[in-house]
Amino acid sequence: MKPKVAFFDFTGCEGCQLQVISLGDDLLGLLQVVEVVNFREAMSDRGQDYDIAIIDGAISQPADIERIQAIRKQAKTLVAIGACACLGGVNSQKNFRSPEDVRRYVYGDRADLIPTIPARPVSQVVPVDWEVRGCPITRSEFVKVISALLRGLRPIIPNYPVCKECRAHENVCMYDKGMVCLGPVTRAGCDPMCPSFGNFCFGCRGLIDNPNLEAEKEILKERGLSLEEIIRFFRFTWGSLDIAGDMYQYDFID
Amino acid sequence: MHEFELESHYVTRVEGHGHIKVKVAQDRIEEVRFEIPEAARFFEAIFQGRPYPEISLLASRICGICAVAHSSASLRATEAALGITPSPQTVLFRKLNLAGEMIQSHILHIYFLVAPDLFGVGSVIPLAQSHPEVVRRAIRMRKVGDDLCIMIGGRHIHPISAIPGGYYKLPAIKTLQGIRQSLEESFTDLDATVELIQGATLPDFSFPSEYLSLSHPEEYGIYDGEILSSKSGPTPEAGYRNKITEKVVSHSTAKHVNTEFGPYMVGALARFNNNYEMLSRRAKEAAGKLGLTPPCHNPFMNTVAQLVETWHFTEWAIELIDELCLRGITQEELHYQTSSGQGMGLSQEAFPGAAGKDKPPYQITPGQGVGLVEAPRGSLFHDYTYNAQGLITDANCIIPTNQNLAHIEAAMRDFLPQIWDEEQPRITGALEMLVRAYDPCISCSTHLVEVEFIK
Repeated sequence: MKPKVAFFDFTGCEGCQLQVISLGDDLLGLLQVVEVVNFREAMSDRGQDYDIAIIDGAISQPADIERIQAIRKQAKTLVAIGACACLGGVNSQKNFRSPEDVRRYVYGDRADLIPTIPARPVSQVVPVDWEVRGCPITRSEFVKVISALLRGLRPIIPNYPVCKECRAHENVCMYDKGMVCLGPVTRAGCDPMCPSFGNFCFGCRGLIDNPNLEAEKEILKERGLSLEEIIRFFRFTWGSLDIAGDMYQYDFID
Repeated sequence: MHEFELESHYVTRVEGHGHIKVKVAQDRIEEVRFEIPEAARFFEAIFQGRPYPEISLLASRICGICAVAHSSASLRATEAALGITPSPQTVLFRKLNLAGEMIQSHILHIYFLVAPDLFGVGSVIPLAQSHPEVVRRAIRMRKVGDDLCIMIGGRHIHPISAIPGGYYKLPAIKTLQGIRQSLEESFTDLDATVELIQGATLPDFSFPSEYLSLSHPEEYGIYDGEILSSKSGPTPEAGYRNKITEKVVSHSTAKHVNTEFGPYMVGALARFNNNYEMLSRRAKEAAGKLGLTPPCHNPFMNTVAQLVETWHFTEWAIELIDELCLRGITQEELHYQTSSGQGMGLSQEAFPGAAGKDKPPYQITPGQGVGLVEAPRGSLFHDYTYNAQGLITDANCIIPTNQNLAHIEAAMRDFLPQIWDEEQPRITGALEMLVRAYDPCISCSTHLVEVEFIK
């Protein structure tokens, strides 16, 4: 029997689900080996009997917590996809202001009706078995992880920085161009897409296991960034990560 | 006597979460609601305090479905605020990129979200078994638009190389010509799609309304121009607040958007009604075959208008590519910008090795700017105010689906008596189909949340 797969979206842009829909021929291949029972963006069926749950989006509303716990209970395997589900993503930028302030700015006097909690990755609420990182995920890595999972294998996800891939691509270093970049501490595997297209890395795949954040901070300081600017840069997608100790704790609101 | 309540939780095959709620008592419609329980993301608050080189990267993350439109509206707003003028070449590439997104998004809606209704199945998945040629065609057609976006932005979802003032990297002429070939080849598939949609019977429904879209004197405008209302004529984009008003309505926390005449419609049908004359020849022919003539007041025909537009954007993309190839592509010198740290404080003197040919940083002057583009689902406004450090102090985004919300509810109300003799599942199905025709993209939940009030 084919394993049953369900897709669930939380707080995010739905770009990662669109990446799945955009798999093209690989999507047809995937449908040969799994039965998709729930994929709200693309189908009317709403099956609640599934083996593999694929989650995109961050946890950012009180109701999300119960919902993800129920999904975890049902699913044998839970896969988080994309920067929002794996890291909290850009949603976490709101975590550093008072929730009242944020809600009032966007919703005015209806602010009280918008329930929100600091955005966080799925793994901070329930155990996650596998992750496909990136903002958005890359189609090839999604296929790689899912096919490994179906075969009972462990997919190999790089644990070295983006810089290594950039060198292999002979990209001009962002720092040599006078820009700043989070590539030195960010997990590779993106086929250094952003630097290859001329833009800096803002860390969408999260940190490598032993990042030298102090050195990264030093480099950024040397390039003229103030501590405030460095923190702002780190928080582009890492706002939910418990890193760098006091840098994050001093005004984190929970 | 009609008396019923119905709820459709999680309207499927739309991008985002939506609920329909209807209450009819003694032949009177007591309540019609289209609710959106999507989590709020607070993007406008997130923008505050962040520097200009980051903003378009953040903005595209509002919506993965129309990432290029958000990126483009954002870049235009930033440029308007900071007094940056992009080159004609940049503008051509941005238009081409938007055309690519229109093609892929319209095909996604037509084939993946609407076609299952035409075949009476729940999703595109069973079609892969029963009508493999249809699914292959859908995949092929989407890929053309997708490839076009990847070629220009580095990837479709969340463009990389587009920055205020230009592009970090541009494709080679040879790459452009390859895409041109695929665009040419998609004409056959477009013909087949017209045949497919010709066979569909859409509900006969007329709901005359005000239609709002961009309008450009020389083209079927999607990148710049004026706001055109079918009722009151043009308004300059920077004066959008004089034409449309966001308001919080009592039953919902979503800001509904209205003009002085009330609910209005944006999107493919609105653009078609307002700018028909500017469509390409073959797009007009397709409209003729599909029985779509302006003005069309049937919101169900929005899907048909999307197909007509796909013809247009395919032809337009070819024209734009030809123009770019004729001009030749220059990697233009860009003003120096850093990521987190603004151009401020960093200079080429401090970093002599830094991007030698590039121009010095922008001189930032505080200001406000509005960027309006047509997203696949309609007019998209970004409005930013920057301070002297190049940081955003105020932001406002008005997304297409937000503008259509009040119109969706009004149209459901008007449509209901036409179908309420049917069995309830059929009523629900018809209402879902009506909502889906607008191609609502609720994931752009910039300020788009509705909450049920428990009395």
